[in-house]
Amino acid sequence: MAEIRNYTMNFGPQHPAAHGVLRVIMEMDGEVIERCDPHIGLLHRGTEKLAETKPYNQSIGYMDRLDYVSMMCNEHAYVLAIEKLLGVTPPLRAQYIRVMFDEITRILNHCLWLGAHALDIGAMTVFLYCFREREDLMDCYEAVSGARMHATYYRPGGVYRDLPDHMPRHAPTDRHTEAETRARNADREGTLLDFIEAFTARFPACVDEYETLLSDNRIWKQRTVDIAVVAPERAKALGFTGPMLRGSGIEWDLRKKQPYEVYDRMDFDIPVGTNGDCYDRYLIRVEEMRQSTRIIRQCVEWLRNHPGPVMLDDHKLSPPSREQMKGDMESLIHHFKLFTEGFCVPAGEAYASIEHPKGEFGIYMVSDGANKPYRVKIRAPGFAHLAALNEMSTGHMLADMVAIIGTQDIVFGEIDR
Amino acid sequence: MREHLPPLLGEALVSVRTAMNEITCEIEAASVRSVCRALRDDPRTRFEQLIDLCGMDYSHYGAEENGKPWPGKRYCVVYHLLSLRHNVRIRLRAELDDDHPTLPSVMEIWPAADWFEREAFDLYGILFTDHPDLRRLLTDYGFIGHPFRKDFPLSGHVEMRYDAEKGRVVYEPVEIDDRILVPRTIQKDSAARNPRPEEAG
Repeated sequence: MAEIRNYTMNFGPQHPAAHGVLRVIMEMDGEVIERCDPHIGLLHRGTEKLAETKPYNQSIGYMDRLDYVSMMCNEHAYVLAIEKLLGVTPPLRAQYIRVMFDEITRILNHCLWLGAHALDIGAMTVFLYCFREREDLMDCYEAVSGARMHATYYRPGGVYRDLPDHMPRHAPTDRHTEAETRARNADREGTLLDFIEAFTARFPACVDEYETLLSDNRIWKQRTVDIAVVAPERAKALGFTGPMLRGSGIEWDLRKKQPYEVYDRMDFDIPVGTNGDCYDRYLIRVEEMRQSTRIIRQCVEWLRNHPGPVMLDDHKLSPPSREQMKGDMESLIHHFKLFTEGFCVPAGEAYASIEHPKGEFGIYMVSDGANKPYRVKIRAPGFAHLAALNEMSTGHMLADMVAIIGTQDIVFGEIDR
Repeated sequence: MREHLPPLLGEALVSVRTAMNEITCEIEAASVRSVCRALRDDPRTRFEQLIDLCGMDYSHYGAEENGKPWPGKRYCVVYHLLSLRHNVRIRLRAELDDDHPTLPSVMEIWPAADWFEREAFDLYGILFTDHPDLRRLLTDYGFIGHPFRKDFPLSGHVEMRYDAEKGRVVYEPVEIDDRILVPRTIQKDSAARNPRPEEAG
């Protein structure tokens, strides 16, 4: 009889299903995973150390590059930590804008997650559908900040500027007829808020489309139902947060339990799973997209009727306008000091966390009173989730590894930092 | 929550303070495991989740202001706990000796501590006793040093490139000079702009 031995297999770091640069060493018994050891750090850039060497307002751009599919949410936790240390609260309009863009970001993130997860386990079409909707939301990012992804839009004390009065339009090209260009620009005739409202009107039907393709699909269910079941007690002990924790049946969402900004004024529901498997986590994230649409609609309604400042009028913290700067000596000095030295933050320590699309994203910030943070610790939700990869994949087949990595919604920018 | 802590933790608790609605407990490093177990299991606290664990290096703290080294202990490990039952957060801090920063692992209390402790070991060189697999996590294979310590230069010590002649990746000393674009300053008047009501511990 032939000798049967376990063998070790390498997965990644260059593999399309590794969602970036994950390397996993798996010990296989035939096609069953006995044990796996994820090797991370291939994208480690030392963001926290870099933040220690830069003034507070210069690290916001680094936060975009952590979880590069939910950029503004990362910025949000960072500016919340600074605001907590400074003891300032942004104007109400800025808080609504932040909530609206947090939810736009959640849809962006879940669309990418859904597309990539489905593509990994064999469904091509969903990926294309999801990217179609992502494009519109990227345009919203671009309209407010000028950048499609790395926005640097949230600032300590508010947001960089107010929502624009008009939405950028598609220019005519030789690939589109005049009628086609008109159709593409149909939603772009009005303001950004009109465009977002049109999106919220059309998006629920898109989610229905995704669900038609997946929810009752036999192959999809075979690949996700009863895969990587996590018991509620275990999910808590492993430090799971966000959809990973809710998938196991624990009703916990920081937007409801520890509301920040204006989430306590919003009307929305929290989906909770029952079985704690990949399929439940899929259903939760899909439902979250619908709930985010509801929140966005409430924000649009409020923002339409309540014009006002979006930044604190404190020029020790926010730059004066160009106009003021050119006519007023004090404003010029403020501008110069702010952009050469930054602002000093009172000594102390603070932890600010938000309900990021992936879970609890927190920033622990220690200040010694200087213009640069003394220590910034980024609590990335994916870090705790990936640490449980061994436990979740043991006993499953090799092909399920891809489904498990997909269900954890892993992005290496935030895990490796 | 705060009134439950002194009877529960006893002598292991050095001090408690509340600032910005956050409870911070200074605890004895040697008794971290019994403290954590009590906080997790006692029905009045029930901190079921370890949200975050990180190292700290205080050696340059306030250096621009005082011009002299930090008087306290150099290293510190910070735990952030969350109680889902009571909807409360708490921060634990354990200060460590300068030469051999060592403290017990809390992995048997929260398995989530596994990678957090490996990260703190990797970046700060803090040793967690009884951790079953204390390897480096984020840095390169064969990396030397603990990069987040304040005496480790931002640009590091070695850089790597592919050497076409040798047909492999080679490591060489870095050629970048450290440059500081914005100096670190502590402005008292600016910092005192928004005085915070601090509650004494």
